[in-house]
Amino acid sequence: MSRKSNATSTAKVTKIKNDKIEKMSSKDAAYESLGPEVLTKMHRLMVLNRLMEERLIKMSKGGEGFFWIGGPGEEAFSIPLGLLSKKGQGLDYDYFHLHYRSSGIALALGADPIDTIRQMRTTVTDPYSRGRNFVNHYAIPEWNIMPIAPTIETQYSTCVGSAIAQKRHGGTGITIVTGGDAGTAEGDFHTALVWANRPINPLPCLIIVINNSYGISTPWEGQHGEGDISNWAKAFEGMPGKTINGNDPIESYIAIQEAMEHCRTQRSPYLLEAKTSRLHGHSSSSGANRVDEPDCIKMFEEELSKRKILKADVFKKHWEECKKEIDDAYAKVKQEPYPEPEDIWKGIFTEGLDDDYPTSGGSF
Amino acid sequence: MANMAQAIRMAIHYGEKHLGVKEVFGEDVGPPLGGVFTATQGLETAWNSPLDERGIIGAAIGLGWAGSRPVAEIQFVDYIFNVIDMLKLAGNSLWCSGGRMPCPMVVMTPTGSGIHGSIYHSHSFDSIASKIHGMKVVCPSTPLDAYGLMISAIKDDNPVLFMKPKALLRAKGKELIPGEPADEKELKKMIDAPVGDRSKWKPKWPDLKDPGIEIGKAKIAKAGTDATVITHGRMAPICLKVAQEFEEKGVGNIEVVDIRTLVPYDWKTIKTSIQKTGRVVFINEETEISNFGEHLFRRTIDEMFYELEVAPKLLAGKAVPGIGLSPVLEYNSVPQVKEVEHAFTQLLGEAA
Repeated sequence: MSRKSNATSTAKVTKIKNDKIEKMSSKDAAYESLGPEVLTKMHRLMVLNRLMEERLIKMSKGGEGFFWIGGPGEEAFSIPLGLLSKKGQGLDYDYFHLHYRSSGIALALGADPIDTIRQMRTTVTDPYSRGRNFVNHYAIPEWNIMPIAPTIETQYSTCVGSAIAQKRHGGTGITIVTGGDAGTAEGDFHTALVWANRPINPLPCLIIVINNSYGISTPWEGQHGEGDISNWAKAFEGMPGKTINGNDPIESYIAIQEAMEHCRTQRSPYLLEAKTSRLHGHSSSSGANRVDEPDCIKMFEEELSKRKILKADVFKKHWEECKKEIDDAYAKVKQEPYPEPEDIWKGIFTEGLDDDYPTSGGSF
Repeated sequence: MANMAQAIRMAIHYGEKHLGVKEVFGEDVGPPLGGVFTATQGLETAWNSPLDERGIIGAAIGLGWAGSRPVAEIQFVDYIFNVIDMLKLAGNSLWCSGGRMPCPMVVMTPTGSGIHGSIYHSHSFDSIASKIHGMKVVCPSTPLDAYGLMISAIKDDNPVLFMKPKALLRAKGKELIPGEPADEKELKKMIDAPVGDRSKWKPKWPDLKDPGIEIGKAKIAKAGTDATVITHGRMAPICLKVAQEFEEKGVGNIEVVDIRTLVPYDWKTIKTSIQKTGRVVFINEETEISNFGEHLFRRTIDEMFYELEVAPKLLAGKAVPGIGLSPVLEYNSVPQVKEVEHAFTQLLGEAA
């Protein structure tokens, strides 16, 4: 397998040299290769993501918005994924078919937290859905982020489409799909596996499962006998499958890079399972209170300190700066308008509605 | 004249040649079969998918979002029920994204009864389809309309469900498709795959044109003055034939409105006709509980109650779980010629 990739991250993250990794302990090499600049950037984004999610939870509890669902605890995986992606619009760039815990991916690609806060508050300024959808349901055509649905599984079916288009198109753009462990029981997950592995046309599709061990309140281990979810890869000749510790940003970075390079260069799929924490439960429906699970940011800070790469004052600065950024954004959003009643008629058909389209909701 | 399967094939070929269609897929859609009704036979970009309806619609949505113009097939509409949430996703993606993510795609599927298809090859889907808001729904009844509407569906920036009345797929048209040779034997020679080994066969497509049949426009299949029938799909040619016979016999002059598009339906044409005649029956083969015709019926009452000569009527399928295989069961489940004759007689005979 070729180790080279033409892919370039628009986030300008230093690429880890794989040959170097092979010669050294991969993690040591990765820390060294990424260097303080990238590691600082990763840490800051993780903190920004965490503080944004905490603000969203607070808004949900305080009645400034409704349902909350998101990805606190997944930052160590989602931030590297966003940073390593090929960002842009069209078939030459990566397509994202994401689920509702993907705020870190969006922020790492460059999304502004204020827009997610707008979606939480259901303001008309929400660029992702104009106040229509739950929070963390992104749709960013400029970066190929396809509309996120509150369903847990449909993205595993839609990902097949952009991957087919990219396979036909050529180049190094790939399709990335994410979902949770519980959703892999749905047929759509198996749709993604089967369609991405058709011998007649394998697809450049990075199939990701983020395993936080729960489907809402139901533990994974009582429902699934397949062991690691990545075991499904064994059924498909030529598709690598791997399970990693998604709470470790460097392990995630290395694994995502390897998986992406496979998809970009081989134009065929890769199944990657990342085990992560779920720090605030499933959603606001279960209270969204902080639970006692490993915190990837805390562990990353300990590691960076231990390795003497970054000092505590840098962490403190990030937490303070990001808190101010989120606070300022929140204050701004509070002044922004909600949709007008007439807004419900916008976006039903691309060309708008005919005068005779029924709009009264019955006889009155 | 081309039959409807040939007409659809020619329209998709037009799409491949002129409209950027690069993916035509579904179960048995590619070679060697070219679709169970041959509607995709010989198409350059047609391919066989896994037997997975959710994958088919998912792929179509993903292709549409990625700027492609896919034409996907669900082999029978009876098998579309397990993708309803996928259709919902296609229909709502523009709206949910605040108007930013259109989903251009065509899903075609044979619908309705009439081929002794029993419980899982006879279903109608009209009212359920009409509830997937944001998705357009068409159902032609002639080869020319099927041809024109398929081209319009491919051009449309919204998802379009293209329902093919399976009883009509082999029925020949009475109007020439623009570019179609006048001799149907010549057409058959050009675009129908030979029996036996067809691995080396390639169709020779006529030089086709777009007739410009718009989605959302009904057709007056027969003008009339005494009563109106609002219909579509398999029931349209039956209604037309009975209406012609009634006129010939001097029983009454019925206007036949073939709506062709269910969503967004052509209310102007429907309303104008009902206002003209004052009598209307809505005829389709879907079961009667929450029937699509009932919506038009309600709107007719809301907007034209005092202009009607007699109460509006509905002729629909019986509300039973399936269509039985025995012809006795099928013919007593969905409207046939004699029920249409009865409906017309009642409609014309009722005192104003």
